[in-house]
Amino acid sequence: MTTHFITDTAVLTGRSLRHISRSPDTVITTALMPIAFLLLFVFVLGGAIRSGTGRYVDYLVPGILLITIASGIAYTAYRLFLDLQSGIVERFRSMPIARSAVLWAHVLTSVAANGISLALVVGVALLIGFRPSADVGEWLAAAGVLLLYTLALTWLAVIAGLTAKSVDGASAFSYPLILLPFISSAFVPTDTMPVPVRIFAEVQPVTPIANALRALLNDHQVGSDIRVALAWCLALLVVAAAVATTAYRRRTA
Amino acid sequence: MSEPIVSGSAAGPAAVAVRVSGVRKAFTALQVLRGVDLEVQRGTILALLGSNGAGKTTLIRILATLTRPDSGSARVAGFDVVEQAAEVRRSISLTGQFAAVDEILSGRENLVLVARLRHLKGPGAIADELLARFALIEAGARRVGTYSGGMRRRLDIAMSLIGDPAVVLLDEPTTGLDPEARIEVWGAVRALAASGTTVLLTTQYLDEAQQLADRIAILHEGRIIVQGTLAELQQLLPPARVEYVEKQPTLEDVFFAVVGTRNEEHR
Repeated sequence: MTTHFITDTAVLTGRSLRHISRSPDTVITTALMPIAFLLLFVFVLGGAIRSGTGRYVDYLVPGILLITIASGIAYTAYRLFLDLQSGIVERFRSMPIARSAVLWAHVLTSVAANGISLALVVGVALLIGFRPSADVGEWLAAAGVLLLYTLALTWLAVIAGLTAKSVDGASAFSYPLILLPFISSAFVPTDTMPVPVRIFAEVQPVTPIANALRALLNDHQVGSDIRVALAWCLALLVVAAAVATTAYRRRTA
Repeated sequence: MSEPIVSGSAAGPAAVAVRVSGVRKAFTALQVLRGVDLEVQRGTILALLGSNGAGKTTLIRILATLTRPDSGSARVAGFDVVEQAAEVRRSISLTGQFAAVDEILSGRENLVLVARLRHLKGPGAIADELLARFALIEAGARRVGTYSGGMRRRLDIAMSLIGDPAVVLLDEPTTGLDPEARIEVWGAVRALAASGTTVLLTTQYLDEAQQLADRIAILHEGRIIVQGTLAELQQLLPPARVEYVEKQPTLEDVFFAVVGTRNEEHR
């Protein structure tokens, strides 16, 4: 069965990419909310925020990118849920294909769709004055961190899609993930927060990930947060993928 | 990439395509199948009749390797559904109760998708041939979302035929279709059997079984309570006592007689 894993995954990924290309609104709406936050915070609230020595837009963009990913993966849960509802997953599962290919196709599609949404958001950020100082290597490293974060959250979305009882339930799980950056260093540095909030902000994964991205993009350094950031992403990724795969297998009982 | 795998002919007694013996399945406390025994000869159509909740879909899902039986054994095309699930999947195709087609893709793209997933050469040509066979050429380029119920079902069945599976499992293929679409689907099923494919279909419509099936099995409360040809089933009842008009029992009479109850709520 594993011999066909790559071709089967490629065929099924092609199928869901076609879904996206036929409803490009899902990619655009994914980018709209983060772009709105970006404009709101830079032009309305940003003047009153002290983020350190640099310009606020440079400080803000990494957090906005993390919000973009969190809102994008909701569509993965949604599409997977619809596939399960329509019976097409049953059809695939009764065919001689590598079984995990069904899930991987959704994951790879999520990576592609989020990549496009992220590019849109970065484009708007550049238009309004985002000027990262990163060189090619640092950009690639930042892209790698974003990729890991996307994979980790996508596998969470797969769990949601597999276990949801309704379409609304399938996408509702993403709301806390979208809100998480607000209680982190994504918008403002954590030092002005009351102690309990600050402790939460510094313990949760978005702060080290946003800090690591900021260090790579603006400060020409890898930064001290990168290890914590990578550890979070990889741990989330492994646990979520394992839970999702088990949940998928269990549907055969 | 690789060539299609010839199925079924290699293993098992050649004449029997599906053999179910003593299959039991419970969902928590609910006993759905209580020891099912069933055989389908190669190249024939067997209709599995039963009311809603009789366990028809569960049995089909077991044969399609989607659900494991709690006990008993089931072999399809000579392969055990639990031990040799991969081989079974190569030998069958499943058409579920709700047409499992991709609504966003076109009819042709749906067929190409399945041909690719079955690792066949020339998926485009396979798709075109099936579009022609199922009178879907004009609709082939349209999104399936725009199809009528009958067209969807025909596409669904066409998708099931890709790779020439030895056994086709059809779960209530005409439920929810209008009479015209039903006749279209019947035509498709007859064409299948004529080409040598074994068909196991479930239905709750007695006339459908009467129209299509070589043999009929009645599943009731988790057991097959009778099976045989229509003529054999009709002989189970003594012919109606002739007083003025002679009347053969219809299959419907047989069904309710052997099932034991006539549930007025159903009709």
